Amino acid sequence: MPEPLLQVRDLNVAFETSRGDVRPVRDVNLAIYPGQTLAVVGESGCGKSVTAMSILQLLPKPPAKYLSGQIFFQGRDLLQLGESEMRSIRGKDIAMIFQEPMTSLNPVYTIGDQIIEAVTLHQGKSGRAASTIAEAALADVGIADPARRLGEYPHQMSGGMRQRVMIAMALSCQPKLLIADEPTTALDVTIQAQILELLRKLQKERNMAIMLITHDLGVVAENADSVAVMYASRVVETATVEELFDHPVHPYTEGLFKSIPKLGADRHRLDTIPGTVPNPQRFPGGCKFHPRCHRMQGDQTCSSVEPNLREVKQKHWASCHRIDGYQTAAVTVPSISHKRQVTAGAATEVSA
Amino acid sequence: MSGAPLLEVRNLRTHFPIKRGLLQRVVGHVKAVDGISFAVPPRKTLGLVGESGCGKTTVGRTILRLIPATSGEVLFQGDDFFAHTGEDLRKLRRQMQIIFQDPMSSLNPRMTVGNIIGEPIVVHGIAKGREKDDLVASLLGRVGLDPSYSARYPHEFSGGQRQRIGIARALALSPSFIVCDEPVSALDVSIQSQILNLLQDLQEERGIAFLFIAHNLAVVEHFCDEVAVMYLGRIVEKATSKELYGNPKHPYTKALLSAVPDVDPRPKRERIVLQGEVPSPSNPPSGCAFHPRCALSREAARQAGVAETTEIKVGNERLRVLAKCVTQSPPLEQKEGEPGHVAACWVSR
Repeated sequence: MPEPLLQVRDLNVAFETSRGDVRPVRDVNLAIYPGQTLAVVGESGCGKSVTAMSILQLLPKPPAKYLSGQIFFQGRDLLQLGESEMRSIRGKDIAMIFQEPMTSLNPVYTIGDQIIEAVTLHQGKSGRAASTIAEAALADVGIADPARRLGEYPHQMSGGMRQRVMIAMALSCQPKLLIADEPTTALDVTIQAQILELLRKLQKERNMAIMLITHDLGVVAENADSVAVMYASRVVETATVEELFDHPVHPYTEGLFKSIPKLGADRHRLDTIPGTVPNPQRFPGGCKFHPRCHRMQGDQTCSSVEPNLREVKQKHWASCHRIDGYQTAAVTVPSISHKRQVTAGAATEVSA
Repeated sequence: MSGAPLLEVRNLRTHFPIKRGLLQRVVGHVKAVDGISFAVPPRKTLGLVGESGCGKTTVGRTILRLIPATSGEVLFQGDDFFAHTGEDLRKLRRQMQIIFQDPMSSLNPRMTVGNIIGEPIVVHGIAKGREKDDLVASLLGRVGLDPSYSARYPHEFSGGQRQRIGIARALALSPSFIVCDEPVSALDVSIQSQILNLLQDLQEERGIAFLFIAHNLAVVEHFCDEVAVMYLGRIVEKATSKELYGNPKHPYTKALLSAVPDVDPRPKRERIVLQGEVPSPSNPPSGCAFHPRCALSREAARQAGVAETTEIKVGNERLRVLAKCVTQSPPLEQKEGEPGHVAACWVSR
């Protein structure tokens, strides 16, 4: 089995607040392999973005505290590195793109200034050489007339175009891992399709690993190789994309699938998960999902013992007392190296 | 759909002036809504879908006179809504309400939930004092919130709960028509289905008609009886929900539907990736506004005689399309399929 490019081990993050610590990330284990996409799925506040920010050490300390855990990237624990070492990894080996391309681009600098800054910083190129790289980066993400676009400001571009610029900037230094935090959530579906198509193409060309953070199960289905579902700061289920969509075993995952309307499905009343996502300041005891769970039974197990991830099937981990075989399943560290068989969204390119 | 419509929109236009320079001279217009017509029958839901900037939100707001219309008519129960003023208008407004997309910015943070929901009840003279409080409590209960919440402020609630407050406010005057402007798109997945089910229950219970504005096609298909697809201020296709999704005619509708990611790791649908972006509504393309992005027109041009085609420039490419698509705007006309399935396209049958 190949070595994972990035491995998050038992990560625990806390935020100090005036009302005591909250725990946005608890016991998270993730592994991402070269050339593969791991999707991290969950609703707002589940800890998926904080996990990503922890990898890049972008959380201000305080209020953030790393309670325990390791983040191995190419054999080094990122949590042990100093700020200057981290800076040489950020943007160069690990790059990130964000949901809102308007707020993440600087409005008073041209697109060119911003890409060239990254190139100069990480590749030591300047002048003509740097702008040639920047131009090539824009061309790679499908922006027509890149030389002219370099002189434009973010406000002169549409949302889809800005997201392409973000991607160009992130990829200009050939990172080995791209963290994409809700990269298409702010975009229209037709533009979303373009951007995801572009990411798939670039990933293939560069054997880049992608950590795709999203709440959209359709985006997951079409882009991920493996999936981790997060709920209340923890990974509650993780498996290959085919396995997770075919046989979800955690009641939360199951509930999510049932509650979304699917295109072309018969009209019926939607199933719902009752209640709301718990507030991290007032997590319930035991399994954090138990107050909303339909599998709850009379005994106290669910409300008093928090289940850990166990390998309930091959390449399939979940944490729920009520899964068949859970009690006897092995407690192992999830790590899934898997490339999906079907190339998703086999696209017919239409239009100019 | 038969019978008299509850709401009928005829040839509605909303143009926004573009002003430039020191004297703020009007140099052009953004044609946000450019001549659209539709009808919403009582107790039914019409979905309005399209991408950002297509004018769907403006339609909803113009109908309620939150934005003045440039021209056109809105008939509510056969009565010209734009002709009313003063007390008359206020009475009609009870019948027509709106639920907004962002439940945070649409609730006044300085008012208690009880006042937010109670204000319209008092303003319209429906009830006051204890009676009003009872009404508020029953509305809160109906949307799934604890009646004791009426003393709290909006910031104390989650997004889903706030949307329930917005719904309770819209229900306060017992309207027969509600514009739902992206009511679930700001909410988490597991909460969306709760709100959609609530709206559906309320429709059945109270016989409310909805104009449901959304960009999520799966949600629209699930929720609506009939769907209209908008592109650059116009309706390009309209049919019953089932027909539109099963048998789309307009190339834009097809592309839009195919762009929705399948919730299945082994996709069965073919994907049409539209290149380029929606053109600016201040300067829309001539003829059929979709022609610069239209593959259908290009395919038709390959089979047609040279005389019937014309060359257009898109980005750096020269493309040959049907001349008709560039010069003449296609009418919304009946296509092969269910009666009432209309689309605006010169090529599609």
